[in-house]
Amino acid sequence: MVKAYGTFKAVDGLNLTVETGQLVALLGPNGAGKTTTIEMLEGYRQRTSGELSVLGVDPGKAGREWRARIGIVLQTASDGSDVSVRFLLSHYAKLYPRSRSVDELIGLVGLGSKADSKVASLSGGQRRRLDVALGIVGRPELLFLDEPTTGFDPEARRDFWGLIKQLHREGTTILLTTHYLAEAEALAERVVVMNHGRVVTDSSLQDLRARAGDMATVRWVGSGGELQEQLTAAPADFVTKLKQEMGHEPVGLTVTRPSLEDVYLELVGEAAVGVSVDG
Amino acid sequence: MASVKLPGVVASGIARVNFELKSFFGDPAAVVFTLVFPVLLLVVFGSVFTDSEMPGGVSFSQYFTAGMIASGVLYTAFQGLVINLAQERQDGTLKRLGGTPMPKSAFFVGKIGLYAVLYVAQVAILLGIGIALFGLSLPDSAFKWFTFVWISVVSLVAWTLLGVAFSVVPKSSRAASAIVTPIVLVLQFTSGVFFVYNELPEWMQQFAAVFPLKWMSQGMRSVFLPETYETAEVGGGWELPMVALVLGLWALVGLVLALAFFRWTPRGQR
Repeated sequence: MVKAYGTFKAVDGLNLTVETGQLVALLGPNGAGKTTTIEMLEGYRQRTSGELSVLGVDPGKAGREWRARIGIVLQTASDGSDVSVRFLLSHYAKLYPRSRSVDELIGLVGLGSKADSKVASLSGGQRRRLDVALGIVGRPELLFLDEPTTGFDPEARRDFWGLIKQLHREGTTILLTTHYLAEAEALAERVVVMNHGRVVTDSSLQDLRARAGDMATVRWVGSGGELQEQLTAAPADFVTKLKQEMGHEPVGLTVTRPSLEDVYLELVGEAAVGVSVDG
Repeated sequence: MASVKLPGVVASGIARVNFELKSFFGDPAAVVFTLVFPVLLLVVFGSVFTDSEMPGGVSFSQYFTAGMIASGVLYTAFQGLVINLAQERQDGTLKRLGGTPMPKSAFFVGKIGLYAVLYVAQVAILLGIGIALFGLSLPDSAFKWFTFVWISVVSLVAWTLLGVAFSVVPKSSRAASAIVTPIVLVLQFTSGVFFVYNELPEWMQQFAAVFPLKWMSQGMRSVFLPETYETAEVGGGWELPMVALVLGLWALVGLVLALAFFRWTPRGQR
């Protein structure tokens, strides 16, 4: 799948399959092409070339039946500010064939205390939860979330993750974009890392963690006082040998493994080099 | 799951009208401004030209009321709508609606419903103030009331659809009011709202005759002015069939343009 704006390719040969019932995170830095990708899947943007099928239908030509089966949480929204939370939800409920009840929705996203307040009076986090409620009002089989927790405080983010996991347990297929590694780690069984419009890696989190665990760095202070460093796949063996050679406990000894974040940053960095070579 | 019945145009349309009204009346400042602005103009112009007499013994405020009612449609269903749609395109309302199974036509029904209610309220206030302050006389025959109603309905539909189509021109809600306000003013000046139409230069009359406001005003004059004024019209009469034809054509043009150009997402986001 390709999406070009003039000569700039926002999405450049993306290949992605999501199975029914999966929760997939599209992870990447700002400008990686995540929103362009998700908005093509939602039917808002037309692809330049390639094949695309969402719930068996091309989103670019999809009709009302198809839209009744998907739910969309856009990246930014400030609509409906002059009406109450309850009224906005009950309005959107009327546009879908088998909607959730408004009270159930309000409970689900934890906006009970704000149900009769104007939408304009909600905090950023509450507004975002309302957006999710609007995204799931029609009981979608497939839910798209575009950077749902940008700007959340840690506690609000954790609550929000709980909600997404619950929807996933209920059988909703979910595709979300995020630039927070922790979010992808907390939620998704599968993480697709994107950069410069391409998939950099597409794997389960176990695979990513395994990649992180391959090599460890051993650091210590040598006998001449200089800092020493050794990359090794077997740090325990190396440290045992090191102690025997030195005849005493090595000074300033540390053994570190790259975190998931290091792996992620390395992946994103690699891709940047790849694209500049392609020109 | 394939056999689930989607809410139809009627159900969705009613839901939209209800939502538009609640949403509009949720912003008191906009409500007051929309309903009071034409009245304000009537009071100002009516007071300035209190001694002016028109052909056929018509007072200027009587003449001006007809034009102001026609302009009311232009203010709400065109100017108001273009700004409102630019706003809704910017705040994500349209994008969200475009992602729901709502039929597109239900959205237009919602807008027409909103502006129909606003128009009725505006006209009621305008006529009330006109009668109270300037001795305005109401239409005196069933035929005139009938003319009043059909011109109102066709004009509302035409201007709403034109507004929907035109709303894709401005890039932001701020640009929208800057672009649409001069258009509205030029039409009012040339179509015989602020100035008496038959006293305008001929080229100006011909320019205005292309657009619906001139015909709406002329139709409204047939409702509010006595038959004695009819001979003062540029065409030598009210020309109601021509009014119907031009307004109907503009409604059709509006429909075609709205269907062709209306979009849920901002320009450059595709």
